[in-house]
Amino acid sequence: MHVPTLAEMTSEGKKPEILFWVGCAGSFDERAKKITKAFVKILQKSGISFAVLGAEERCTGDPAKRAGNEFLFQMQAMANIETMNAYAVTKIVTTCPHCFNTLKNEYPDLGGKYDVVHHTQLINSLLKEERLSISGKHYKGKRITYHDPCYLGRANQVYEAPRDLIKKLDAELVEMKNCKAKGLCCGAGGAQMFKEPEKGNKDINIERTEQAIATQPEIVAAACPFCNTMLSDGIKNKEKEETIEIKDIAELIATAEDL
Amino acid sequence: MAYLPNIFFAALLFGSVFYFRRNLLFIKRNILLGKAIDRTDHSKARWANMFRVAFGQSKMVSKPISGILHVIVYIGFVIINIELLEIILDGLLGTHRLFAPFLGEVYNFLIASFEILAALVLVAVVIFWLRRNALKIQRFWKPEMKGWPKKDADNILYFEIVLMSLFLLMNATDLLLQNQGVPHYIKAGVFPISQMITPLFASLSVDNLIILERTFWWLHITGILIFLNYLYYSKHLHILLAFPNTFFANLDPKGKFKNNKTVTEEVKLMLDPNADPYAATVDGNVPEKFGASDVTDLSWVQLMNAYTCTECGRCSTECPANQTGKLLSPRKIMMDTRDRLEEVGKNINKNGVFQDDGKQLLDSYITREELWACTSCNACVEACPVGIDPLSIIMDMRQYLVMEQSAAPSDLNNMMSNIENNGAPWPFNNQDRLLWANDN
Repeated sequence: MHVPTLAEMTSEGKKPEILFWVGCAGSFDERAKKITKAFVKILQKSGISFAVLGAEERCTGDPAKRAGNEFLFQMQAMANIETMNAYAVTKIVTTCPHCFNTLKNEYPDLGGKYDVVHHTQLINSLLKEERLSISGKHYKGKRITYHDPCYLGRANQVYEAPRDLIKKLDAELVEMKNCKAKGLCCGAGGAQMFKEPEKGNKDINIERTEQAIATQPEIVAAACPFCNTMLSDGIKNKEKEETIEIKDIAELIATAEDL
Repeated sequence: MAYLPNIFFAALLFGSVFYFRRNLLFIKRNILLGKAIDRTDHSKARWANMFRVAFGQSKMVSKPISGILHVIVYIGFVIINIELLEIILDGLLGTHRLFAPFLGEVYNFLIASFEILAALVLVAVVIFWLRRNALKIQRFWKPEMKGWPKKDADNILYFEIVLMSLFLLMNATDLLLQNQGVPHYIKAGVFPISQMITPLFASLSVDNLIILERTFWWLHITGILIFLNYLYYSKHLHILLAFPNTFFANLDPKGKFKNNKTVTEEVKLMLDPNADPYAATVDGNVPEKFGASDVTDLSWVQLMNAYTCTECGRCSTECPANQTGKLLSPRKIMMDTRDRLEEVGKNINKNGVFQDDGKQLLDSYITREELWACTSCNACVEACPVGIDPLSIIMDMRQYLVMEQSAAPSDLNNMMSNIENNGAPWPFNNQDRLLWANDN
């Protein structure tokens, strides 16, 4: 697929409506790359003009900040802000709640002020503006449970945008024991993704996977590449990968639309 | 001689209030050992938050059983304290039921309400005790609750049982004296609860009834004044501090972690091609310490959080690390912060200024294993019914570990050097960021 970079578009004298912040997981992680591509197909179908930064994008610095390295975080942030301000970026969409939170909440203090939305929010507004439609055929009546990513839900109060999309698929949305403001973390946040867990009697992703399995879903919908990894590992650990799929909401919509 | 009780009462009252004020000033001094942080913005939203969360108990009912029981005790506490005003004035002036003649029917209504509330509080407190000691609800039996915290929690319940019982006993004996037309005991009040316990005392003579009524009256007010002074030594300070604590709570989105401005200055200098790398710092001062290793590195709001914590454990129940058996308990983070702050405060009281005692919050109280178990998921912050933020303390302490001691777990060091060198937490070449668009 051809995905334009901001550099390309700028050299052609064009300015996209929105910058798609792909994120490190979305760029490099095999599983997350599928989410990235699904979302790009949705963007292309809607006809919205967008671009990515490509090699000019760097880690937002989220895991460095949460690990305690404020210096490294700010170095990353300043570099990204310099790049984006040079292109006069105003609106950003991202498929990663960690990037979303950092760009939206922590970049303004360092001079990066943008209108930042999560991909589930953008898809909702594209639907509202009738630039996109969702067919309910593919997932009609399927049991789907939704896992709230901490940095989308509790951290930024985005609970309904992803749920609205699942409902638009005509799927049966079932809630886990812990959901919305009381959602249970997948275990990856706060830089835990990059280290072994401390000793305990269970891994957090197993606990969360058990809550998901208890709803007897056909699909566990995620909205974060890290949650996706943690829950996929959990499902494998429980040997349920034959019956339960872990899918990002962007993937569900791309599949529903045969993209 | 006739004024002896009045004088004794005044001495008891003012002595208690003075001693309590002294301890409150200690708390204020200790809280102000924390660093400055501006929480005076958006005052409208702050008042609203305080009214909703502290005054309106909005977060308590997310756990319906303990929530509703707590609301009963809270309303009881606030409303019955109106009666306290009359008791204090009666004590000082030597009067009895001073407000009755002025309020008439309203007085009857008030006394009846106090009685019903007192009975409800008694029931609620007994259920609280059973939840702790018979049902042994898990969050009250976590390791950090061993010893004093457990005893403290029970003491508070015993205090409330005794105070409510004395209030009803005092009214029951008063009612009997009123009914017998004993002078001084004016006919006033309606006693829906204590009238049921009057048979206990019905056979007593008037003299004995007066002795009992006075005893209950004095024990009740003395108990309240002792309880007031117990607050400082217990976890129960939340009845006062919940209000400022919710007012000064963080109103930003929970995912926004604070920006360290000292670091911003340094990063700007580093990125400025015209800056002289060998120049002294702008103001010639030694750069500020990064993060927190002791209580004095925390902000005054974080320290107030520690005094406000009533150790209910809702944070730890929701904490994913705690749920899966890790050492981390957000409640323990708050309890440790308070214990260390008290220790620092006592050190200052003794020595005038703080003398190094070879201890600090990090390692002497909070271990690194606890700090690294946090997923920064904000469940603890969301769960706290009084707006405490344990996560901010964990993050400040991580910042100290990494920036002052380079003491991150090795996996995290790898992640950070990848970000530094490649712009991603994994060892990929940043030039390959768009390769995903090429494969199918």
